[in-house]
Amino acid sequence: MHIAEGYLPPLHAAAWTVVAAPFVVHGARAVVRQVREDPDTKLLLGAAGAFTFVLSALKIPSVTGSSSHPTGTGLGAILFRPPVMALLGTIVLLFQALLIAHGGITTLGANAFSMAIVGPWVAYGVYRLAGRLGGGLSVGVFLAASLADLATYSTTSVQLALAYPDATSGVLGSVVKFGAIFSITQIPLAVCEGLLTVLIVRLLIKVSPDELRRLGVLRTPAPAQQEV
Amino acid sequence: MSRSTLINWLLVLAVLVIAVVPLVFIGSETEFGGADGVAVEQIEADNPGYEPWFTPLFEPEAETASTLFALQAAIGAGFLGYLFGTLNTRRRLATPRPAPQPDDPT
Repeated sequence: MHIAEGYLPPLHAAAWTVVAAPFVVHGARAVVRQVREDPDTKLLLGAAGAFTFVLSALKIPSVTGSSSHPTGTGLGAILFRPPVMALLGTIVLLFQALLIAHGGITTLGANAFSMAIVGPWVAYGVYRLAGRLGGGLSVGVFLAASLADLATYSTTSVQLALAYPDATSGVLGSVVKFGAIFSITQIPLAVCEGLLTVLIVRLLIKVSPDELRRLGVLRTPAPAQQEV
Repeated sequence: MSRSTLINWLLVLAVLVIAVVPLVFIGSETEFGGADGVAVEQIEADNPGYEPWFTPLFEPEAETASTLFALQAAIGAGFLGYLFGTLNTRRRLATPRPAPQPDDPT
């Protein structure tokens, strides 16, 4: 989903940066508040960041013949709400832009918007909706993480389509074109991301049930051991 | 192996299957280039002569880049491992011991 350095026209690059910046600043404050109000959850916060760091480095081949990577932002959005991931996701993107020349500084705003803002909010919305509809925790986490992944890549397609509308079919035709590159490739990877996020939530429940209860991810009262 | 552990391993297995199947069925001759790069090619095909107006300040060669990608995964995984260890230890120490302590003042 990285838009390569220099491939968004300056006006678009600036606009996406302006759109993304308030979310990231708000996210930074959310992280500070979280650490101050409940220092015990610091380790889980680190786990959410590390998870995104790992998953966005995993280049997985897809059935379409090209490869791409998961985003890992669903976990933190579910545990700590989306604003926290606006900061953590942007830090990961900055690392990749500066050290690996993946993505870029001029496209950081657009990439942060798709991966660190849209993805986490979709994850959170889907997670809450699944909970309300009575799905189990695993089902909610799976749907949240995989749809967040797809939403991120679809956002990238729209961003590129807006910058490069097709000569004959316009922006819409271009959305289809970039969607074929990003979103279709991403479907099996989104399933992977969903499964991996379920896995890590299951492991976290084992080692850190009290914190997860405080964060509202687990609802059962204390010592009851529960199968997920 | 408990049921829970079994499910965890099945999740890992499912991810591996999804990641490996394309390699087997599409064949290893496909390059599996990044989708990001495919998008760049598409832009250049539609806009002949497009030159990116900004280039990365630092751009490692492909080989070095894959090292850095591996490093990114390793740092993240190492940190995750450390966090799990710490959380696990903290939980173990916080769990009340089964037998009462002999020198317990109460």
